[in-house]
Parts: sequence; C-alpha cells; structure tokens
Amino acid sequence: MTLLGWAQIALVLASVIACAIPLARYIAAVAAGRVTFLAPVERAIYGLAGIDPARGMGWKGYTLAMLAANAVGFLILYGQLRLQGLLPLNPQGFDGIAPWLAFNTAVSFTTNTNWQAYSGESAMSYLSQMWGLVVHNFTSAATGIALALAVSRAFAAGALKELGNFWADFVRMNLYVLLPLAIVVGLAFVAMGMPQTLSAYIEATTLEGAVQTIPLGPAAFQIAIKHLGTNGGGFFGVNAVHPFEGPSALATALQIWSQAVIPFALALTFGHIVGDVRQGRALLAVMVGFVVVATGLIYAAEAGGNALHLAAGVDPTQGNMEGKDVRFGMALVALFTATTTGASCGAVNAMFDSFTPLGGMIPLFLIQLGEVLPGGVGSGLYGILVFALLAVFVAGLMVGRTPEYLGKKVQAKEVKLAMLAVLVLPAAILGFTAISVVLPFAVSSIQDAGPHGLSEMLYAYTSAAGNNGSAFGGLTADTPWLNTTLGIAMLLGRFAYIVPVMAIAGSLAAKPKLAVSTGTFPTHGPLFIGLLAGVILILGGLQFMPALALGPVAEHFVLAAGKTF
Amino acid sequence: MTAILRPAISVVVILTLFLGLAVPLAFTGIAGVLFPAQAGGSLVERDGKVIGSSLIGQSFTSARYFHPRPSATTEPDPANEGSTRAAPYNAAASAASQLGPTSAALLEAVTERVATLGGAPVPADAATASGSGLDPHISPENAVRQIARVAAARGLPEARLADLVARHTEGRELGLFGEPRVNVLRLNLALDALR
Repeated sequence: MTLLGWAQIALVLASVIACAIPLARYIAAVAAGRVTFLAPVERAIYGLAGIDPARGMGWKGYTLAMLAANAVGFLILYGQLRLQGLLPLNPQGFDGIAPWLAFNTAVSFTTNTNWQAYSGESAMSYLSQMWGLVVHNFTSAATGIALALAVSRAFAAGALKELGNFWADFVRMNLYVLLPLAIVVGLAFVAMGMPQTLSAYIEATTLEGAVQTIPLGPAAFQIAIKHLGTNGGGFFGVNAVHPFEGPSALATALQIWSQAVIPFALALTFGHIVGDVRQGRALLAVMVGFVVVATGLIYAAEAGGNALHLAAGVDPTQGNMEGKDVRFGMALVALFTATTTGASCGAVNAMFDSFTPLGGMIPLFLIQLGEVLPGGVGSGLYGILVFALLAVFVAGLMVGRTPEYLGKKVQAKEVKLAMLAVLVLPAAILGFTAISVVLPFAVSSIQDAGPHGLSEMLYAYTSAAGNNGSAFGGLTADTPWLNTTLGIAMLLGRFAYIVPVMAIAGSLAAKPKLAVSTGTFPTHGPLFIGLLAGVILILGGLQFMPALALGPVAEHFVLAAGKTF
Repeated sequence: MTAILRPAISVVVILTLFLGLAVPLAFTGIAGVLFPAQAGGSLVERDGKVIGSSLIGQSFTSARYFHPRPSATTEPDPANEGSTRAAPYNAAASAASQLGPTSAALLEAVTERVATLGGAPVPADAATASGSGLDPHISPENAVRQIARVAAARGLPEARLADLVARHTEGRELGLFGEPRVNVLRLNLALDALR
C-alpha cells in the first residue's frame, strides 16, 4: 500500500460524496414530480399506456405494477435473445441464444443482477446488446429506485394509504435521472477510448503478421448505464478489465464514481423524503464506513502479493498481478472491487478468482452482508432500511420499549416480515451451494481443486442471490443446472425480498407518526450508526461464517503452509 | 388484469424502442462525430493498413520485439472439437486464467516464466497473465529488462533502446491515477521506425 494509492481512493470517494449531495436533492425533486424538462415525452408515454401519474397506489397495487412491468420485460428479453439470429444489426452473424442461457440471461438482467454465463463479444449481436440489455440496464435500475422511493414515503407522514404511483416513479427515474447521466458519462467514456460504433469486427494484421480480430460495438453507452444502474453486465466478456471497457485508470475511476453515486445519493434522498436530512446522513455514514474498511482490506491483501509466487522469484513491488491489467494500479482495483460488490454492481476491473484468499473473501462477504453497503440503486436503500428496523428493534429489546423508527412504531408484524426478507439471502445462497457441492454434475463445473473450488461455487450463488453478478470466473456457469438454479436464486434474491419489504412499507405507512419525545431513541447519532453497523455485521455475517471458514479462510492457511492443488 | 397489463406492456415496449433503439443510435452518431478515433476502436494504421488497436495488446514472440504480458486467451481447437487451445492475445475472446491463488498449475506457470526470464526477481506483470488477456501495457521495469535482448537481436546500442523505452513510458494519469506503463504496440512500432 502506498500514500499515492490512498490519495487515489480518497479523491474518488470524496468526489462521489460531493456529487451525491446535490444528486440526492435532484432525485427527491424528480420523485415529487417537480422536474419537467422532458414533459412532452413523459405525457406521450402516459397517454399511450393509459396511465394517470397522479393516482396513488397502496403497497399491493404498487408491487403488482412493478411485478407486471418486470414480467413483461423478462418475456420480451427472452424473445429478443432467442430470435437474435433472425434479426438485423448482427454483423458477426451470431445465432439465437440457447433456451437455458436465454432464461438465465433474461432473469439476470431483469433482476439487476447481470450475472453473465455468456461472453459478449462471442455471443451477443449489437441489436441484442442495445434493445435487449441496455433497456434492462435502465429499467431494472429504475425499478429499484422506484421501490426505494415507495418505501421511503412510508416514513414521511402518518396514516398514509398510498406510496406513490409506480408508473410515474418508474418513467421519471428513467427519463430524468438515469438517461441524462448515461449520456454525459457515456460521452466521457467514448472520449477515454471506449468504442461506440455499429461497424463489424476489424481484421488487423499484426506487426508479426498474424491476424487479430478486434471486436467493436455500441459499447460506451451500455457501459455508462451498466455502472450508473449498478447492473454490472459487461459488453465484453472480461467486463471492465477489457481495454475497450476500462481503457484507462481515469475510466476505471469514473466507473467507480458511476456505480457508487446513485446508491449513496439515495441514502440522502431518503432524508429529504422523510423531512430530516440527518437520517439520510446516518445511513450514508454506515455505507461509507464499510466501503472504506473493505477497500483497505482488499488493498492490503492484493498489494501484499501471493506468497507462493513471491517465493518462486516474483518481485513483490506490484503485488498480486495474476488476473489484473497494468494500467489501473492496486488502489483503484481495491476501491472498484469494494464498491462493485458493496453496491451490487458486479462489474469487475480485475479477476476475483485469482485474488489472494483473503482479498477474494472481502467481495464475497460484502455481498453476503445483504447488498446494502451502499447496495444496488434503490435496493440498497430499502435493504438498509430493513436493517435499520431490526437495529431499533434490538435497541428496543435492550431498554424494554416499543421500538420506533422515524415516529413509526415497529411491532411484531414488521419484525417478522423483516426477518423473512433477511433470511431469503442465506437460504438461497447456502441452500443452493450445499446442494450443488454434493451433485457430481454440478461439481464438474468447478475449475479449481481444494478450498478454492468451494469458494467458486459459494461465490456464484452469493452473487446471484445478492443480485450482484460478479463471479469467480473459473466456474463453468453455462450448464442447464447452474443456469436454472442461479436464475432461481436471482429471482428469490430480488422478488422474494421485495414483497415482504413492500408489505412492511404498507404496514408502516398506515401507522400514525408519533412526535419525538425524550424517550425516543435518536436514529441519526453515532450510537445508532454503530448499532446499525453491528446489526448488519452480526446478522449478515454470522450466517456465512462456517461457509467462509471452509472456503477462503481455509485456503488462506493452506497457502501459508505452502500447499497447492 | 388489463388494468395492470396495458400499462406494463405499453411502457416496456415504448422504453424498449426509445432507450434501446432511438437513444443508442443517436448517441452512436454523436459519439462518432465528436470522437471518431476512439468510437471506432482506437485503430492504428501503418502504410494504410490496420495493424491493430492501441488499446488492445497483441502477441509478440520474436526476439526483435518487446514482449507483452502472458495472456490466457484461447481459441477453438480444430483438432479436438469442443475443446480449446492456447491462443495468446486472441481479441475475439477476451479471457483470464481464472486460476486460484493455491492453483498448482498457476504456480508452475509462474515458476517457469521466472526461469525463462532469467531468474528472480522478475517484475510481477511479466510473470503473471493479465485480467483481460489483452493487456496493451507492461511495467517500465519489465520493458527495461528486455532491452538487452532486443538490442542484441537488432544490433542496436542498448542506450538508444533505453532512451526509446524512457520516451514511451507513460506516467500516472493526471499525475495521480493508475500506474506508470509502456504501451507495447506503440513501443514496437517506434522500434521498427528506428534507423
């Protein structure tokens, strides 16, 4: 670790937070319908779709509308992928995507996971990338933000029956938040070297006379929304480590900014919606704290290098370079890794599978903590609010008072629903991993022997259920078993989580908002920040300790003992 | 049911056409006008022929050229259907080794590279495969270690090559971000242009 490295980390994080502050206010204004510069487009959509944007929806109506939009989106994407071979803008002549892979990919992009069992440049036509995947990069992100807005509104006032209009929230987040940011960031990405063209791949004759096929495509715009929407699905196979997808250290820094700025801003937007900005700052403090600690741990582990390789004669200056490109440097790899897994993005600018055991455990653990640090766009906010409810519940148990959060009484019903939501992740991750490591045809997908093999399988289900999408790439994921079960894990992680959370929102919205009294536990101070961090760490972390001990921790000690597999 | 399905289908179809076709196509047009070189893949030409992209590494094995990092990319094996064979810097299929930190195969490969490169200590980027398999850069230390070999193969004084490498060493971006590095394709092009 170097001072220069930490300066890079500090500068990027500072610019994220500096931009998140005004963006938070802007998102709150968009959510309230006060931003109207695309009003004609907006009105045209409402008119064609028969939507009254002013009509409020209860939690059930809101959830049903959201599920309908996602179901339709899923079916259309599945069709687009299957029919790819018959459609235009396919200069490389790729065939339609096979059924299991199309199912997996459609689920993956609908749920904002962007797990990829295919490699972009050798499977996807330009048309599929644009009107299939780009669209879902937008809509799955807008879905997340809309849900976060609905949940936030439940705390805004007493005796609410309605949480907003899903269609209005959904359309406005696409048009006013995601689209302008994607255009600006996308153009910056082109300037930095990302391709944006419909030309076919280029056949170059290299200096030594060999033929090199250089893939191209409309990449920059998709990459912009892939990060801004915390989607993470790469245009090219190796994601942001591909020189066209991460052409420079500045580009990787802007990608880090893009994948963190909206999730961080939404924590502050929550403060604006509930009318108390300190509440948003407390959530932000927890998120930033975890990201900084995780970045430091990854940075230390990777900069320290692989002890086996150092003993074999590798110079220790650069650290563990297997699976990493030269241009980014270890500090930006560490910050990128912490934000992409903390923020449920899933893009990678280095290969986690070749990280040192502890360096690879941190991204795995960040996802297992529930994707709330800061979590995906929207999903991070409603996720951390669930933990906030559990934190005040724990505090209430300690002092023997009925817990309240922002003046709303948290009672048995909400706590049960919160636990239901929190248990989805461990059930999906540990359940599917346990089944897969005893099925011979599933185990055959594992590349590495020893504890690392378990880590590969554990990471896959963690990534899917956490809607992250990053991978320990050694796993051969394009098999019927993995495509199907990972698809199911993604659906559980997204929708089986959202429904109880929306039920909590509906239940809390209807309650009166109690005035602050001397007995109220303040939820904006350091005590609450510490309590919330503790609840996330204990609740999220303890469930996975045995699995982590068998995977990365065991591998760390095995490596220290000089053993290979 | 239609009360839910009509808005769902209409909104998704409209957004598919707007965000998936209209906007990306317009964006492609604008990007091509503003930044034609980058939008087209940062292609490098010599004598009117495309010889590669300055962002995409390519394979160099001759002693007369500076060598890039090890690459784990593969291509379909014509002799054995369904399997692949090593094909370094195959840009049509970016890939990393994905070998874990305790992989015996990885340790063996690293040990072999250290031996081939003349023994310890070898710069880490020369002993390990990149993440993309297409890394266009090597570290300045890696380039400096290759000067003697290239100079001997070309019959050029080492000092001249040291000067060339120094001129092709790019510093940190904005003086802060990333790492110092040498673009192998650009360096080798300059090498060919030396008289």
